[in-house]
Amino acid sequence: MIYAELFAGFLKVGFFSFGGAYSAIPLIRDVVLSYGWLTDEALGTMIAISESTPGPIMVNLATYVGSSQAGLVGAALATLAVVLPSFFVILLAMNLLGSLIRYRGVQAVLQGIKPCMIGIILATGVYMTLRSCLTLSQTNAVDFRALLITALLLTGSCIYRRIRKKKLSPISLIVVSALLGMLFA
Amino acid sequence: MHKQSAILAELFLSMMKVGLFTFGGGYAMISVITDTCVEKKRWLSQDEMMNLTVVAESTPGPIAINCATFVGYKMAGMMGAVLATLGLILPSFTILFFISLYLDQFLEIPLIAAACRGIRIGAGLLILDAGMTMLRKIKGKRQPCLIAGGAFVLMLAGNLLGMRISSIVLMLAAGAVSLALYAARYAAGRKGGAGN
Repeated sequence: MIYAELFAGFLKVGFFSFGGAYSAIPLIRDVVLSYGWLTDEALGTMIAISESTPGPIMVNLATYVGSSQAGLVGAALATLAVVLPSFFVILLAMNLLGSLIRYRGVQAVLQGIKPCMIGIILATGVYMTLRSCLTLSQTNAVDFRALLITALLLTGSCIYRRIRKKKLSPISLIVVSALLGMLFA
Repeated sequence: MHKQSAILAELFLSMMKVGLFTFGGGYAMISVITDTCVEKKRWLSQDEMMNLTVVAESTPGPIAINCATFVGYKMAGMMGAVLATLGLILPSFTILFFISLYLDQFLEIPLIAAACRGIRIGAGLLILDAGMTMLRKIKGKRQPCLIAGGAFVLMLAGNLLGMRISSIVLMLAAGAVSLALYAARYAAGRKGGAGN
């Protein structure tokens, strides 16, 4: 039953993503790959699109995955599921359990979860970059075009940060990477 | 009654504006929500907003949703919470729904497909960059760095070897380890205290 799977899958994502959109990406990848909803390539494209469209990245991804699997109803269910945990938890946290966050034990658990999340995010980033540079699934061949694009993006964004003293915005990075992709097609 | 529906409409519309005009999610949205709710509408005080951000970071789910829900609830109860949250997600939902309808046809155009190959590389680097930024916050603290390092190695090895390690299980394990270490330190501290 695809509706129930979408709802359950994204409820899990909504419930376990502490600390913003990037912590949700590995979770969404987990869920989407284990149900076989999207391939790793399609997910990569979608992450970029979610970054370049307005609104919370998690909601964008949930809507897209839901719609691609089960149309409008699927999109609505997946989006509802990803939002539901934060909706209720924040009401509880701000009203009844305002002091819960201050408990040492709760703090200790969060202090374990948050760095673990960082490690997971970094591993996902490294893996996704490696995957696009080495065609891992096939012959372990190096994709020199992808390697070149990666190198150009890295040096470009470093130079930008040096000169402008601030980070290149995610959208500009994605636009530049799209242009490079077309250039080296 | 009239006033109530006016505030509901205002909540819905201002959150829709936030949802429509903020790119990049999460922290980018917080600054716009602060601008709307604290500076312009005066729905929350600066202090309340600070508190809300801290709690939102420690609770699951999109941070922007947490903020919208709470602001709506504070201004107009449950109905306000629902409408503010709906307003925030409606633009994303509509846009992504339409993209999903036409994306496949779009991707068949060779030039677009090439652009997407580039985009995927960019997306990987963005995730890496977000991780590095977070890493800077725990730099020099031994326990968090060890946990982050362990999670990184396990996750990457799992991915490369084609094994699927559940990130949820990994996070729960890290939470349990951290709690156990805290309990052990606490017990040791008490013992030491009793000895004196």
